[in-house]
Amino acid sequence: MSERSERTGQHSSDALTPPSGGVSKQIVRPYGDTTGDGMVQVSFTLPVSHDKRAEGAAVQLANKMGIDPAMVVHAKPMGDGFTFFVVYGRVNHLVDLGAVQVVERDFALLSAKDVNTVIKQRLRRKLSVVGACIGTDAHTVGIDAILNVKGIAGEKGLEYYRELKVTNMGAQVSVPELVETARAERADAVLVSQVVTQRDAHLHNTREMSAAFREAMPAGRRPLLIVGGPRFDETMTDELGVDRIFGRGTTPGEVASYLVHALITQRKAMA
Amino acid sequence: MTGKLDLDPVLVARARELARRAGQPVVDLARSHTTVSVERAVLRLAGVTGADPDGIPWVNRLVDAVAADVGLGHGVAVPVFDALVREGSTDVTLLAQKAAAGSVRFTQPTGRAATAARSAARKAVGAGIRRIDRRRAERDRLIKRHGDPKQRPWIYLIVATGDIYEDIPQAQAAARAGADVIAVIRSTGQSLLDYVPEGATREGFAGTYATQENFRLMRAALDESSREVGRYVRLTNYASGLCMPEMAALAGLERLDMMLNDSMYGILFRDINPVRTFVDQRFSRQVHARAGIIINTGEDNYLTTADAVDEAHTVTVSQLLNEFFAHEAGLADWQLGLGHAFEINPEVPESFRLELAHALLARELFPDAPLKWMPPTKHMTGDVFRGNLLDGFFNLAGALTGQGILLVGMMTEAVVTPWLSDRDIALQNVRYVLGAAGGLHEDFVPAPGGFIRRRANQVLGEALDLLERIGEQTLLTAIAEGTFGIMKRPADRGKGLDGVAAHEADYCNPATDILEAVA
Repeated sequence: MSERSERTGQHSSDALTPPSGGVSKQIVRPYGDTTGDGMVQVSFTLPVSHDKRAEGAAVQLANKMGIDPAMVVHAKPMGDGFTFFVVYGRVNHLVDLGAVQVVERDFALLSAKDVNTVIKQRLRRKLSVVGACIGTDAHTVGIDAILNVKGIAGEKGLEYYRELKVTNMGAQVSVPELVETARAERADAVLVSQVVTQRDAHLHNTREMSAAFREAMPAGRRPLLIVGGPRFDETMTDELGVDRIFGRGTTPGEVASYLVHALITQRKAMA
Repeated sequence: MTGKLDLDPVLVARARELARRAGQPVVDLARSHTTVSVERAVLRLAGVTGADPDGIPWVNRLVDAVAADVGLGHGVAVPVFDALVREGSTDVTLLAQKAAAGSVRFTQPTGRAATAARSAARKAVGAGIRRIDRRRAERDRLIKRHGDPKQRPWIYLIVATGDIYEDIPQAQAAARAGADVIAVIRSTGQSLLDYVPEGATREGFAGTYATQENFRLMRAALDESSREVGRYVRLTNYASGLCMPEMAALAGLERLDMMLNDSMYGILFRDINPVRTFVDQRFSRQVHARAGIIINTGEDNYLTTADAVDEAHTVTVSQLLNEFFAHEAGLADWQLGLGHAFEINPEVPESFRLELAHALLARELFPDAPLKWMPPTKHMTGDVFRGNLLDGFFNLAGALTGQGILLVGMMTEAVVTPWLSDRDIALQNVRYVLGAAGGLHEDFVPAPGGFIRRRANQVLGEALDLLERIGEQTLLTAIAEGTFGIMKRPADRGKGLDGVAAHEADYCNPATDILEAVA
C-alpha cells in the first residue's frame, strides 16, 4: 500500500516544526484536487429509513468523524429501514508522518537465484519449510500463493526454489500435527496462514501454535515461526509469540528473502 | 448444439466417450463399497432423528454400534431392522439409544430372519423416500403458484452470518432485492465433521452450520418470501464433505432446491479420501435425482488455485466427468448446474474475450444444463472500485453467453464478509447489466475463424488430450498425480478412509434398491 503524502507547507498551522529531537514534523492531510484541501470520501449505512432526518444523521456522523463541511452526495434506501450514504467533505484531522510507526522491511530482497546461492554456500543443505493453515481455516489461498510453484503476482512460490524443501500440509491442520511434522521434517521455518478472522480466530490460533512450539522444543531448536494473513497487525509479533508476521500483499520472494536473512545472514552475523 | 463456436461434433462425442471411460471404474468402485455416511443417510431415511446429550446424532451412535458388532460391509439396514423385529418395536431412534447404551447386540441374520429384516427395512426407508417425493411435489405446486424467475440467469446470492436467525432476515431482504436463489454458506470446517450437527445454530465461523432444523427454518422463511415477491425463491446448501449423503437426504426431506455437489472438490480441496468421496457422491446424487434437486458443481475452484488460462481445459474435463457421474446416478440435464468461473487475471491481454470463449464453450457443450457462472475472487483486491467494474464485466459475460445461474460477485470479496450495502451495490450491478443487455446472447455470435472460436476449440482440444491421458492411467491415478488444481491426492490417503468398507456378498441398502428401481 503506498502512502501518498503531500507537503502542506503553505498552511501556517501545518508548518510548525518540532522543537525536540531534530526530527522534523511532516504534516499531511488528504488530497482531493488541491494541496491541503483535506477532501475525503466515505460511505456507510445507517439503520434508518431514508428521509430528511436520515440525511441529517449522516451529516452529523460525518461531522463527528472530523468531516466538516460534509456533503451527502448519495442516499439510497435499502430494504426496510436501512439507508446507504456516500459523503464527500473536508476532514480537519492532520497526520504527522514523523509519528507514524510501521514495520519497515529490515532485510534485503533477493532474487530466487541469490536465495538458492546463499543457502547452498552458507547453510550447505536444503532449508526445510513447513506450511499449513491451522484451526478450522479452510482457505489455502494464502499458503498456496506463497508455497505452490504457481506463486502469485508473477512470482513463483517457495516450491520453485531449488534449495528449499517445502512441505505444504494444506488446510485445517491441527497444531499437534503441525508440531509433529515440523519435527519430522526438521523444519527451519514454519509458515502458518490465517484468513478467517471471525471472533479473532486468527489471533487465538496463532497464540496456540506458538505456545505449542515453545512447549515442544527448546529455544535453540525451535523453527522460525512465521504467520501471514490479510488481517494481521505486523507489529504484534511479541504478543503472538512468533518471529515475523506478514500482511496483505506479501510475495513469495519477500518470504524467501526473510528466511535467508533470519536463518542464515543474521544468525551468522550474530554468532 | 447451437453452433456458435463451430465445435466438431465428432470431437465432442469423443470427449464424452472418454469421460465415460475414465469415470466407469470409479462408478464400479462406488457400486461395490459403502461408507459410514451412506449408512447413516439410510438410517435418516428410515426415520432415526435427534442426537445424544453431547450432540452426537443417534444415526452415528447406531452405525458405530452395528459396525462394532458385525462390520459395515453388510450394510446397517438388515442388522438394525433384525434387532428391531426381535425387540418387537418399530421405533428406530429408541433402538439407537439402547444401542448407544450397549443394551442391544447386532447380528447379521440369515434365512427367514433376514427376509423379515429386509422387508421391515425397506418399508421404513420407503416411507422416508415417499416423504422426499411429497416434498418434490410440493415444490412443483409452489413453482406453479408463484412462478419461476422472469429472467435467466437466475440471481444467486450468499448469506453467511453464522447465526440462522440473522441469516433469515438477510435472506428475505435479498429475495426482496431480486435474489432468486439463496445459498447459506456453511461454517468453515463443517465439511470435515463426520456428523451432522443438530438443531438451530447461532454460532459459526464464516458461515452457518448446515443442520436439518436450519434447513427447515430457512425454507419456511423463503416460502414466506416467495408468496411476498411472487416468484419461487430457491434455497441452496452443501452436499459435500464427509457427510455428503446425509446432507442430500436432509435436503430432500426439507425441500432444499439446489445443493453444491462436486465429484472431486472434497478430494482436491479438503483432502478427503478419493474412494470415500466417490462412494458418498454416487449415493448423494441418486437422492438429488429423486428429490428434484439441482446440483452445483465446483469447477470454479480449480481456477482459484491454478491459472485460469493455462488450466481452462481442466474445467471442461471436470464438467464432462461431473456430467457422466450425474447421468449415471440418474440426474437429468436440467439438474446439472455445472460450474465455471470468471477468474482470468485482468492484466492478461484480451482477458475478457478469453472469458467469453471459455463460458461459451461450456454453454455449447452442455446446452440443456443450467450452468452456474461464478464471479471473480482470485484477482479481487482491496480496490473495491476496480472490483465493482470487474463484477460488471463478469455479469456481462454471463448475459452474453446465456448462463443459467449467476452467483452475484461482491466488490468486497477480498475484504470482508459482505455487508448489507455490498450486497445492495452488487445486485444493482447485476440488475443494470441484465436490464441493459439481458438478451444480448441472441445477438452474440463470435466471428467465424475469430479469436473466441479459435480459443474455445483450442480448450476443447486440450481437454481431449487430458482425457486421453487419464484414459491411459485411470482417474484415481490422475487425481493422485495432481492433474486437477495442482493438489496430489493418492487413493489410500486422506480423511474419512476408515469409514469406507467393501460390500459383503449380502450387502443390503434398501435406499439404493428403491432409488435404482426407477432409474
